[in-house]
Amino acid sequence: MSDRPIIRVQHIVKSFGSVTAVDDVSFDVRAGEIFAFLGPNGAGKTTTIKMLTTLLRPTSGTLELDGLDPTTHQTDVRKRFGVVFQDPSLDGELTAWENMDIHGVLYHVPRQARRERSETLLTMFELWDRRDDMVKTFSGGMKRRLEIARGLLHTPKVLFLDEPTLGLDPQSRNQMWTHVQRLNKTEGVTVFLTTHYMDEADRVAGRIAVIDHGRIVATGSSGELKEQTKTDSLEAAFLALTGTTIRDESATAVDGVRAFAKVWGRR
Amino acid sequence: MGVIYILWLREVKKYLRSRVQIVASLGGPLMYLGVLGFGLGAVFQRAGEGNYIQFMAPGVIGMTVLFTAMFSGIAMLWDRQFGFLKETLVAPVPRLAIMVGRTLGGATVAVLQGTLIFVVTLIAGFRPQSLLAVPLAFLVIALIAVIFSALATAIGSSIKEMQGFQMVMNFLVMPLFFLSGAIYPLEGLPRALAALTRVDPLTYGVDGVRGLLTGRTHFGVALDVAVLLGVGVLFVLFGAWRFSKIEA
Repeated sequence: MSDRPIIRVQHIVKSFGSVTAVDDVSFDVRAGEIFAFLGPNGAGKTTTIKMLTTLLRPTSGTLELDGLDPTTHQTDVRKRFGVVFQDPSLDGELTAWENMDIHGVLYHVPRQARRERSETLLTMFELWDRRDDMVKTFSGGMKRRLEIARGLLHTPKVLFLDEPTLGLDPQSRNQMWTHVQRLNKTEGVTVFLTTHYMDEADRVAGRIAVIDHGRIVATGSSGELKEQTKTDSLEAAFLALTGTTIRDESATAVDGVRAFAKVWGRR
Repeated sequence: MGVIYILWLREVKKYLRSRVQIVASLGGPLMYLGVLGFGLGAVFQRAGEGNYIQFMAPGVIGMTVLFTAMFSGIAMLWDRQFGFLKETLVAPVPRLAIMVGRTLGGATVAVLQGTLIFVVTLIAGFRPQSLLAVPLAFLVIALIAVIFSALATAIGSSIKEMQGFQMVMNFLVMPLFFLSGAIYPLEGLPRALAALTRVDPLTYGVDGVRGLLTGRTHFGVALDVAVLLGVGVLFVLFGAWRFSKIEA
């Protein structure tokens, strides 16, 4: 791990009409580290990831990923990161291999390299034997592992993981983080993650930033956050920093379509 | 080109694997052919308009292509809501390439479905005036498919909820079909209705296919093709513009 920041966020603001989702946020992520970005529901985590991954433009402030501005160098920035979104983004009607292949083409990975890398990653994530099966037949854990494998196909410098273990059983979560830590060590991939499971952040993250109501409320290692809040667990530190009030997120269009999908038996 | 090809291939693969969808989508056209084709055939004949199956087969093919192409917009809503669209939007490729790949994929599926219905119309008794005209008719069918697949992309880029697409089906797709002259002749219509049929791009598509396959045309095949090409360019540009504006 180096001291060179691979992600630099300075005074970022993102507003949607009168609602400010991210409010004057600044932090750095060092190359090669595992960085956890924690916060309650609706705190601004996903919005920040969307800005870093070129899906949203900030209202004001500056962003840098590997020295490039995601708002002006979208294509170059996109080559440098892999992302596992909060909601699944695989095509269930295609096989695991086909999902990998489409990703490889989208990221201009040459055919031979695409095949070799897909084989390596599917083997590493214990999916090689299921490569020709439709993704819709996979368990939640397998889908998540496939998404991470796919996100790494083009050898990105940064891997964004937005609540990657949501809904997974403890075995799958444990296995997934083991893989992520191994990748971080062997390939030097910088990992930027969000999670609601404090034990996971405590276990894998070198540094943590806590965001609440769109503002960073603390940054440091797990030990530093515990010390700062005079607590003995990261969860207690998190609650001390963000309070115990339950946050509500408004239902989105996604919820409506999910309900429709359930009725019609899709996914 | 690789990006366009892989996204085109994705649409085609998914269609070919979805046997239930293929069979289910035959239901509507078969009903129109069976119920209207044979039910109104005698009346149509007595009115001196000739064989109704011969008249409406191109219309049913046009309807199939319209509906299948427009459903590619629903596929885009699925992709949007369930995430695969995000996978393409964060990729280091121009959005235009993504849009073209998706649109061509949707159009190809619509042509494949139209081919299936063409075979069904042959079984039902439809006879093209010349075998040589069939490939030309399929070029017009491909134009119809591209036009409405591009329109579906534009609509799929603009709306976020499935309920919105239901509105599109009821207030856009059904009128497009019923105003196209697919199931009735365009001659002798009330002025207002005639005017509406002329602003419907499917009218020119159905007229072009009918002209090539049966020799019966209202506007002339040359005008039909010219209008379809113009509308095609406009709709592809519109679709590309709307797709470029998507925010995840």
